[in-house]
Amino acid sequence: MGRVRTIARRTFLIGTAAVAGGLVVGAIAYHWPLKNPLLDDLDEGDAALTPYVRIDRNGITIITPRADLGQGAYSMQAALVAEELDVAWGSFSVEPGLPSAAYYNGAVLAEGFPFAATNDGFLANRARGMGGVISKLIGLQITGGSSTVPDGYEKLRMAGAVARQLLLAAAAKQTGVAVSALRTQDGEVITPNGDRIPYRTLGAAAAQMRAPSHVTLKDPTEWRLLGQPMQRLDIAEKSTGVTKYGIDLRFPGMVYATVRTNPRIGGGMLSVDDAAAKAAKGVITIVPITGGVGVIADNSWRAFQAAALLQPQWGPAPYPSTSSEIWENVAASFTDDLKDSRFKNEGNVDGAISSAGAQALSAEYRVPFLAHAALEPLNAIVRFDEGALAIWTGTQVPRFLQEAAAKVAGIHADDVTLHAQISGGSFGRRLETDYVVQAVEVAIAYPGVPVKMTWTREEDMTHDFPRPLAMARARGVVQNGQVHAYALDIASPSVSASQTSRLGASLPGPDLGIVAGAWDQPFAIPHYRVTGYRVPETVPVSAWRSVGASANGFLHECFLDELIHAAGADPLRERIRLCTDDASRRVLEAVGEMSGWGTPLAAGRGRGLAFTLSFGVPVAEVVEVTNTPAGITIDRVFVACEVGRVLDPVNFESQVEGGVIWGLGHAMNAEITYADAMPEQTNFHQFYGMNLGQAPVIVVQALETVHQVRGIGEPPVPPAAPALANAIFAATGQRVRELPLRKHVRFA
Amino acid sequence: MRLVVNGQPHELDLEPEMPLLWALRDELGITGPKYGCGVGVCGACTVHVGGKAVRSCSAPVGSVKEPVTTIEGLGTRESLHPVQKVWIELQVAQCGYCQSGQIMTAAAFLAGNRQPTDEQIDQAMSANLCRCGTYPRIRAAVRRAAAALGGR
Repeated sequence: MGRVRTIARRTFLIGTAAVAGGLVVGAIAYHWPLKNPLLDDLDEGDAALTPYVRIDRNGITIITPRADLGQGAYSMQAALVAEELDVAWGSFSVEPGLPSAAYYNGAVLAEGFPFAATNDGFLANRARGMGGVISKLIGLQITGGSSTVPDGYEKLRMAGAVARQLLLAAAAKQTGVAVSALRTQDGEVITPNGDRIPYRTLGAAAAQMRAPSHVTLKDPTEWRLLGQPMQRLDIAEKSTGVTKYGIDLRFPGMVYATVRTNPRIGGGMLSVDDAAAKAAKGVITIVPITGGVGVIADNSWRAFQAAALLQPQWGPAPYPSTSSEIWENVAASFTDDLKDSRFKNEGNVDGAISSAGAQALSAEYRVPFLAHAALEPLNAIVRFDEGALAIWTGTQVPRFLQEAAAKVAGIHADDVTLHAQISGGSFGRRLETDYVVQAVEVAIAYPGVPVKMTWTREEDMTHDFPRPLAMARARGVVQNGQVHAYALDIASPSVSASQTSRLGASLPGPDLGIVAGAWDQPFAIPHYRVTGYRVPETVPVSAWRSVGASANGFLHECFLDELIHAAGADPLRERIRLCTDDASRRVLEAVGEMSGWGTPLAAGRGRGLAFTLSFGVPVAEVVEVTNTPAGITIDRVFVACEVGRVLDPVNFESQVEGGVIWGLGHAMNAEITYADAMPEQTNFHQFYGMNLGQAPVIVVQALETVHQVRGIGEPPVPPAAPALANAIFAATGQRVRELPLRKHVRFA
Repeated sequence: MRLVVNGQPHELDLEPEMPLLWALRDELGITGPKYGCGVGVCGACTVHVGGKAVRSCSAPVGSVKEPVTTIEGLGTRESLHPVQKVWIELQVAQCGYCQSGQIMTAAAFLAGNRQPTDEQIDQAMSANLCRCGTYPRIRAAVRRAAAALGGR
């Protein structure tokens, strides 16, 4: 039960909203862009409902259902609608909307099938269409996978265009002037004699109009907003300290809480001595929650202080205690039994390697667990009252969250009201619902008032579902100055399996994430094989900015660099020679030109190149370093990427810069390690990334030569770490095969 | 105890060891200063005490004798501080959670050094963590603000 009925109910609610005075203009009848016959079998017409524009007496509100985690999603979604709706930038409000199947993400699963992004064949495109259909069927409202722009690029512009057509039709009826004689500008319909009719006065009449079956979207040459620098809608508020994140909300009667649960995730609590905590100043009550304790007080800090006085006895972890034991598990996973995928298998790799004998190269690479550690510690405000939940929090999965909260409270998901909040970062962490479930448990134990549950930084860092560790065993052969054979075996726990198990399901088939960013690279190496091995889950893991490619970019590109070096070839020229994809080749050529690749550098300096195709976006990066007496400095980074179309040039550059810093900073310094089955890093003094003084100058160039429009939040991350490691090799001759790099080299 | 915040005096009855951050956030409802680490490492909680940048998560409220300025008191949308003005012009913020602290650190630094070198700017801003990676824009913004403030 549940899902189909929920769709019907939402449809009904939206219909009644129009009658009640506010207006939702939905693209009820427009021709859906996905041309998949399966769509014809869907009933109710729910998928065609796109409630993105509300007009009421107060003006125009654009609904932006993808979460803003800092990537500018609210502004981007609003711009797509506003471009076609023809409203002035900033003249409208933005709301995240309620969780609804209508806001399914049609792009996020598109790459969930074993077809490389460069494969434009019938089967590959059919599979991508299937991803959209599955997402629609389950109402997958999710923010992730750099999918906000690909998902919304057509859908949101259509929503804006349909709403504008309805407003024009209403104006035509009111004035007796034909629609074809009317035009629009900045939120007004303009008649031939110059009368201006504000949209907000036309809303109710527009709701009675029949939705057009077709709308024509503007040609990009006619765009007023898209493609131009726009001021993000949130910039002024974020620069004056008035943005309210979830952690900042206050309500009358609200109490403050924190929790402590076992950092051995899943280990549970055997007992707790809470006498001292109970007696602490400001404590209202202490309540049990799954695997630990919630402390409710009259101030967050007092709750933190009391929680620190708890004396819990934690149960044992359902996984090995130390990082070295976990690494042993990983190293033991290169077996036929644990073989998960081999989607790339060209030529005769074994034959090429065995005939090369001792001439074959081999190496082992490692990347560590990493925390998300968004700067806003996880938090949620929950009120449980008369069998209903109200929740204020930032989330990437509003519908999963609703269901998880409802399950804990023993109520129906429809009785969970989620007020989605702006997040102070996420990087994938808010794809999980654990922190909200805990807040719900605390609120149920203290009903009737809003309870703000805030994790301490220490709780946040020690209760992450980290980016999994991974190990690669690589072998290769070079011949006649060229890369001849490349076999890459990657062993890692499965993010998808871990996440689906938390949703009470199992993952059918292999996990592409284990090899993403490695198996699907556009290189024609004569003998080329990429094999994924699924390490049995130890620590539960989750998606971290760029997911599998965050590790595999490093694993694939560093050993490729080793092979090219062994062949005596040039890293850029050999990659271009091997490249089978036009867009990827252009990206490589562009980064070569930008960086002055091949021009001489002073002694002690070095350039490193890496390329990763991920989320459909080819990205090439050149890192320049200097080996100074104080350590390695990262001087400049050049980035070339292909996204089809840049919709907001300023935010685009910010996302690329941020992705590069994210990739470099973690590669330099960051890891989560385990002792006594608990993370050893508890706060930012042990998990910092890079600081501003270490940040390089970053030069970004976006190519706009392909048809498909893509997102840029994640693709710049995977090539950053290998480009840095390859640059360190170029500058020092030292090949570092393990992250973080600081274990082997010093940074200034 | 008496606490002057953004020009407004407040009488508070708090344990003196409570960090200034939590007196501001949970007792006075001033939420511009953010909780990020609680141990003075990330800088998201930075405010001015007597004009100096202070990590409010690590300053006991009982030790605060001089007036406190938070991001809300530095400037408003209608009356921006020069640092906030360039922060908007260059669109520095992504998630924005660290930016109150970044702006307060930059404003205090520039108030004490009107002609900073690029190296001094890097050093002054290197103890404030940004997880989104806005460092290139922060660097550019502080340089531009220094120029705007008449130094360079």
